[in-house]
Amino acid sequence: MAETAQYRVATATRTSRIGLLVLLAGVVFLATTPFWGGRAEMRLVVEFCYFLALAQMWNLLAGYAGLVSVGQQAFVGLGGYALFVFSIWLGVHPLLALPLAGVAAALFAIPTALVVFRLRGAYFAIGTWVTAEVYRLSFAQVSELGGGSGMSLPIGVIKAVAGSRSERELVVFAIGVAVAVASTGIVYWLLRSRYGLGLTAIRDSEAASESLGVNNFRTKLFVYVLAASITGFIGALIYLQKFRIAPDAAFSLIDWTAYVIFIVVIGGIGRIEGPIVGTIVFFILREFLADLGSWYLMILGLVAVVIMLRAPQGIWGLLAARFDLHFFPVQRRLYLRDGRPPGSR
Amino acid sequence: MDWVNAVIQGVLVGGLYALFATGLSLIFGVMRLVNIAHGDLIVLSSFLGLAIVTGVGMHPLIALLIVVPLMFAFGYALQRGLLNFTLGPDILPPLLVTFGLSIVIQNALLEIFSADSQKLPAGALQTASLQIVEGLAVGVFPMIVFACAIAVIAGLQFLFYRTALGSAFRATSDDADTARLMGIDNRHIFALAMAISLAVVALAGVFLGMRTSFDPSIGPGRLIYAFEAVIIGGLGSLWGTLAGGIILGVSQIVGGKLFPGADQLAGHVVFLILLVVRPRGLFPRAVD
Repeated sequence: MAETAQYRVATATRTSRIGLLVLLAGVVFLATTPFWGGRAEMRLVVEFCYFLALAQMWNLLAGYAGLVSVGQQAFVGLGGYALFVFSIWLGVHPLLALPLAGVAAALFAIPTALVVFRLRGAYFAIGTWVTAEVYRLSFAQVSELGGGSGMSLPIGVIKAVAGSRSERELVVFAIGVAVAVASTGIVYWLLRSRYGLGLTAIRDSEAASESLGVNNFRTKLFVYVLAASITGFIGALIYLQKFRIAPDAAFSLIDWTAYVIFIVVIGGIGRIEGPIVGTIVFFILREFLADLGSWYLMILGLVAVVIMLRAPQGIWGLLAARFDLHFFPVQRRLYLRDGRPPGSR
Repeated sequence: MDWVNAVIQGVLVGGLYALFATGLSLIFGVMRLVNIAHGDLIVLSSFLGLAIVTGVGMHPLIALLIVVPLMFAFGYALQRGLLNFTLGPDILPPLLVTFGLSIVIQNALLEIFSADSQKLPAGALQTASLQIVEGLAVGVFPMIVFACAIAVIAGLQFLFYRTALGSAFRATSDDADTARLMGIDNRHIFALAMAISLAVVALAGVFLGMRTSFDPSIGPGRLIYAFEAVIIGGLGSLWGTLAGGIILGVSQIVGGKLFPGADQLAGHVVFLILLVVRPRGLFPRAVD
């Protein structure tokens, strides 16, 4: 007992405290866009925020729970359509429809999970894709929702968000920034909780974690449904900004999953910082290359392939290993009482 | 008679789906690799066929003599030069690398051939049909495709269980490390498996192009059909894959007849139901 008293367990490091400040500065920079930027900048920041949030959710699934989904567009689309159904058919206030869309996505995620969880590894990936296709084709059959050509939000619903256009944009902007911060925070909180320990154990060895009392199925189901729910909320927000929805765009593999996968792979999979770095790189690349059309996607695909082969930990992984950076410390470290970390470093 | 006709059409389409699926099933069996770019490689073969047919002016079936060896060589090079480096205990690298490859192929085709819909001209074969009984005619070309599917699967079955190369495939599949100790060069064996897979893909791609119109965006859809046929049939069973293709084809055509416009959806729904009822497929072989 006397021996153990010489140690303490901590998660924070000096770099994590500096990192927290850097991140806070970043959030303040984004959140103050309305003061320094115009309408275009605000739209760009909202887009940045929802891609970051989508990337955090995909990273939680693939990087931590080992659930490599290629079908997250299912929940973006479901959330988007839920916004339309709740606000038009049921007369719910559109801002209340956003969390309801998250609930709806979660409700759809449970039966989806029960089907796709029967497949493992790469087959799980394609299974999630099939279910997303089923949702896309099903919504295209519903003529009340415009069938294959989609529908627009009626002006009454749009006006219900806020009276003037600039106020509406401000509302969407605020929710966008909040979603990005919240989804990052939720992943961080989750990984530091008991679930996080279970997830890490599952990632490292499914058999060992099960034998040590982690309920693999329940943990994975929880993470899958949570990610689906937040992705559904983001989907509703995206279509509150776009005003118009159609099945092919709402359930687009490229827009809502392929870009997101590239973001996480480039930034660093299995790290909370990865999606942040990846989203920044993605938007920089897009700024310079988007005019190239299909070349842009080809370059993005090649970059992801090269990173996966040469540096599977992504850009953040390289930086973290080189400089021992951990902005979001989820690792537990052992320290001697006098403050020195045991061993090296 | 309409319904009999629909079922026969469905069975014959199933032959094409089995050709889509065989290559996927083969490489999964040998090296546990799921190739997300599989569908795009099928479409790549259709476009290769198109380039040769329009460039040289030969019949698509003769163009197969060029497309199949080309894709065989491409498969060998792809595996040796890229995919071998992704294999390991972690499933993420092969999955994400082939996913990236899929996006690259799709957009390269888009850049070269544009998004226009294309078709391979099959000449008289396009419309030729055999009348079986009054009111029931079956197309000659779909029957050729179906016969090819059976021949390919029988050939692969022979290769796997009757030849030295087949033993090497099965040995690396069972235990890659021990196979290496016995003097088998894994990298070469994996590359040969991918080469054979893409040779079948070449056949499927040219047949696809002769049957329906195609454009660079349809690859992922073909991957999904191939995947569904493999899972319905049961992992590792080639004849099961044929059965899976047939079930999928019949579901689509009969489903499309029952609910117009919902043929794809009907196929997916039948797949999901079978996945719930028989998660290991109809004729499971592999344990994975």
